[in-house]
Formats: sequence, structure tokens, C-alpha cells
Amino acid sequence: MYAISKFINISQHVVCENGKQIFHNQEDTFAAFMKNVYKSLNISYPKFYKMDDLCKLAFIASELLLQNVTEKDIALLFSNNEASLDTDLKHQQSIQNLEDYYPSPAVFVYTLPNITIGEVSIRHQLKSESAFFVAEKYQTEYLHKYAEYLLKTNKAQKVLCGWIHFLEGNYKADFYLVEKIGILEHSKEHINDIIK
Amino acid sequence: MAVFIHDTNIISPLGFSTTDNFQKILSGKSAIEMVFINDKIGSVYAGKINEDLFNDHFQSINADFKGSRIEKLLIAALSPIVEKNSLKNDSVLILSTTKGNIAALANNDLNAAFIDQLALNINSYFGFKKEPIVVSNACTSGVLALSIAKRFIEMEQCSNAYVVAVDELTSFVVSGFQSFQAMSNEPCKPYDADRTGVNLGEAAVAVFVSNEDRTESVQILGDANINDANHISGPSRTGEGLFLSIEKALNEAQIASNQIDYISAHGTATLFNDEMEAIAFNRLNLQNVPTNSLKGYFGHTLGASGLLETVITIESLKNNVLIPSFGYQQQGTTQQINIITKKESKALKTALKTASGFGGSNSAMILIKKEDHVRN
Amino acid sequence: MDALKQELKERIVNALNLEDISTEDIQDNDPLFGDGLGLDSIDALELIVLLDKEYGIKLADPKLGKEIFQSVETMAQYVAANRTK
Repeated sequence: MYAISKFINISQHVVCENGKQIFHNQEDTFAAFMKNVYKSLNISYPKFYKMDDLCKLAFIASELLLQNVTEKDIALLFSNNEASLDTDLKHQQSIQNLEDYYPSPAVFVYTLPNITIGEVSIRHQLKSESAFFVAEKYQTEYLHKYAEYLLKTNKAQKVLCGWIHFLEGNYKADFYLVEKIGILEHSKEHINDIIK
Repeated sequence: MAVFIHDTNIISPLGFSTTDNFQKILSGKSAIEMVFINDKIGSVYAGKINEDLFNDHFQSINADFKGSRIEKLLIAALSPIVEKNSLKNDSVLILSTTKGNIAALANNDLNAAFIDQLALNINSYFGFKKEPIVVSNACTSGVLALSIAKRFIEMEQCSNAYVVAVDELTSFVVSGFQSFQAMSNEPCKPYDADRTGVNLGEAAVAVFVSNEDRTESVQILGDANINDANHISGPSRTGEGLFLSIEKALNEAQIASNQIDYISAHGTATLFNDEMEAIAFNRLNLQNVPTNSLKGYFGHTLGASGLLETVITIESLKNNVLIPSFGYQQQGTTQQINIITKKESKALKTALKTASGFGGSNSAMILIKKEDHVRN
Repeated sequence: MDALKQELKERIVNALNLEDISTEDIQDNDPLFGDGLGLDSIDALELIVLLDKEYGIKLADPKLGKEIFQSVETMAQYVAANRTK
């Protein structure tokens, strides 16, 4: 039997921890919203500003969730519907016109959705199992089972599951941590409540 | 529970079946040639599937299908596999790709570029009852997808899996790798002292995985996918994630380094990747194991590479032959590893397949040929 | 030359997303890489694109980047000598 010990939801308006609002968005842009949350965390991590929007979202959600978590063997199972399409569009734009052709390595590196995993791994020094899945909606069925599999077989001590959506200004992040002890049973019903 | 890889199929510039591909490799043929990309990029050394030959081949599979090129590649790869292994109600399709139908963005078609839609189209084409699983994890995707297949079968999420992998050679990806200064102006030379970077390629691959024990199957004995936690585009200088992945795979397989007969490594021919692999292999005492990169034959096929190279690895095992690492002439890594330079017939039983990718990802998988299998 | 150096500082801060750094913080001779601004390998590649996009300089050998990008001073010297825009 496993449990969810903490969950974070970020939407266009609020940040919630375990269902309670901890931050209200008073900004017009995503960048400003995330910057405010970042500043409120009182950390120094300049790499944050180089991240694309999808990674910023994953970073902030993970940062909030992993505060006070010392465990390092945390598997990361992230997923979304659009992979890295938001940044892909930016890269495509930079190469579309052969007369104004300046592909940027800083943009191109983010044209892979698993860079979200990379950024979180680096930040928290998690040398652990991970995978990025793409699906139309959150795949509660197999993610529930796979998280428990990783724990049962000792391939991870905790599992951080996250749905990270960012496309053309619309965003949503729903992250939860699975481990032996927690505040909610790790059930499909509870997962569906968190992800909604 | 033991999980096995049974039938396999490859669609690549070297042919439209696993047998054709392996025969070409045995005869020392490489797919790498000058390929025109667009008026700005011009031509680069790359592996590209011949359009006319593939279209002819596809006609024999389905003369009426009207979909994207990448869908046709996947259908061509998977069709023979499904013909030999009928779908069950709980069969699952697992797709590995880094960019899917990214070519659609050049035509301003955002919707067509959604990877899950690509998977759903293939899913319904073949009549899978369960929803597909899509793994998009940079260049480790192919091996990771196999790892997921094995684990999902072990946890009884499905009784078998049809794992497919694909990526196309596109200006999207070529332009990106060029901005990284990661591309070579010559045919690539993995592990070589004069290596100057990657050649890109494309392929579609399909394999059937299940817990049935058949005579010509190869077992996935151990697997792990551990992140470097170091840098988003450069590998760990100590090969940390790769080291841990291989170590965990060996532990799960309950075998020691000296029981590995052959390593099919990642070998992209960049200075950093190849160097990192040599360090990781030495840390595990694998420096004497015959090793190659297959990227000299196909180029770096990204999301297809892990699965493509695993299939060729299986052919090496089944045929008891070590394939030379195409493009290699002299040691180019500070730590020595045993790069295969000549084709050699040798009894082979156990292989290690590794892959690494952007985001600090790494995957390692141990494959074992069954004792009673004999093929020359 | 002073105007070019100021322009370079602004462009570097923008192109490399150095959000918490102002151009006043960057001295002409400060090392850009290593401890200085903490730039990494992707930043170096990005500066190569900057040279091309803003100044029309195509670096024949990217390895030259190491010397050119040592500081704002060395960058300014190189740009002044090689710009085509």
C-alpha cells in the first residue's frame, strides 16, 4: 500500500499545495507569474531564467513539492499532451524563412519534453529512473501501476508524477509525490481528483 | 517473469526487413551519403530512406492508405509483426519517438504534429483495443520503450507489447544539431581520434515483446534508465548516469561484467559522448568487451536508434558474429575500450545495449540468447 | 568602442536570459565564462549565433569562440574588426 504525501497544482490563477491556495497570480504574463513564485522561494538558481516555459512550470512545481524532501532516489514520471510543441514552434519560426535564418541552440535544446526531467534532476541531484510520456489526457491507469511497480521493485524510494501542460499561453501543472507514508491513499480516484 | 523479444522488423535506408538490413551491414555497407536538406542548409552527410523504393514497398502493404510519410514508415515497420502475432484484447502499442510528425510544422499544421495523435492513428489502423503508450525521452526513447514494455508485462498491465520507434530526417532537427555545432562534415567516426560529430539518419523499427517462451527469442534480463543530473545537453564527465544504469541492469540480471560478450553502445561520434561512454565502461570493467557503435551504418536515428540498434544487436547474437564499428580507425578516447574493427565469427550469448540522450538520460539493457538456440 | 561594448552587454544579457544581472554589473574585462557570469557551453554556442545575427560574422572555426568570448573587451575587439553589419 502506497500513499500520496503531497501534491501541487498550478493553474493560470493560483498555486495550491495539498488543495490549499498558497499563491495567487497577480500578473498578466506567465513569465512574471513564475518569476514571482520563484522569488518567493528565496533560492538562487539563475539557470531558471534560461528555461523554456514548460521547464519553468515543471521546475516551480517540483521545487514546491520537494521542499524539505531529502530523499534522492526519486523517480520522475512526467507527461503531457503536446510534448515540447510550444518551444518547437519557436524553433520552427527561427528556420522557416531561409532569408532570416538563425536557429538558436538555447531554444533547440528545449525541443524535447524530457528536458523537464533533466532540469528537475539537475536541480535536486536526482540520479534516478525517469520517463516522459505523451498522451491526450493523464494516464492514471498505467501511471498508478508503474509508480507502484518502481517502489515495489526498489527501483525508486519515492516517485514524483507530474502532468505539465504549456502551449501558446495556456498552462497547467499537477504534480504529486508517491511513497510509503502520506496524507492520501495512492489510489486512482485520488489521482484523478488531483489531476482533474 | 521472463520477458522476451520475438519478431523484429526494420525500415531503413539499408532495407525494408531485418534480414536485408543485417545482410547489408555484414557486407560492410553504410547508409551514410550526401543528402540535400534545403536551399539554406544545402547537403549534409546523413542516412535517408530512398523515397521511390519505399513507396513501391509501401504499395505492397497498402495501396490505398493516404496519410503522412511518418505514418507509412510505422505501418510498414509494424505490418509484418502484426501478421505474425495476432493482437489480443490487452495487447498494447508502445511508440518511441523524439519528434514524431514535426515535419508538419513546416506546413503550419500544428495539429498534425501532436505525437499522441500519431500513436492513436497507428493504434486504430491495426485495431489495438487498449490505448497506446508514447515514450518521448530524447535518444534513449528506443531502449526506454523496451524497458517500459518489459516492466508493463511484468506488472501484468498487458500480456504483450508491440514496440515501435521512428524519427525522420528533417530540416527541423538538422538545423538544431547544426546550431549545436554537433554535426560532422564527413561520414561519422564513433570513438575515433579524428571524430568531428554526428551524422543524422531516419528509420522505423518494430518488435514484438511478450512473456511467451519461443525458440528464436532473446530475453531482456535486466534494464535501468538513470539520469546524470549534470547538464541538459552535455553528458556527465564521469559517466555517472550511464554507469549507474549499467550497474543496476547487471544487478537485476544477476550477471557480472565479464559475462557480457558484446556491447552495442551509443557512439554518436561527438567528442563528449564517446569519451563519457569510455569512462563509464572502464568504471565497470567492461573495457575489454568487444564494443561497437552502429551509427556509422545508419547515422543517428534519434528516437528510432535505441530500438534499431537493439534489433541489430539481436541479429549479432543469433548469428554469432561481431560487427565492426563503421568509421573507427584509431583510439580517440582517453580511456581505452575494445572497439570491434573486423567482422568476426564468435559464439555470443549475452549483450549489453546502451543509449544516452539530451536531458542527461541514459538507458542500459542486458539481452541474453537462449541456450538451445542455434543459427549460423 | 564604448557604445559597442555597452551594446554587447545589453545583447548578452538578453540573448542569454541573464535576468538578475544588469549591464552595470558586467565589467569590460571580467571573464564571461568560468566563475564570472557562470556561462556554459550552450551560452557559448548562443554567442556564436549572436555574432552572426547582429554583426554578420560567421565563425569559420567555432573553437575560436573560446578566445573571442573571454570578456566583453575581447568580444568588442573581434566584432569591430570583423563585422559586416
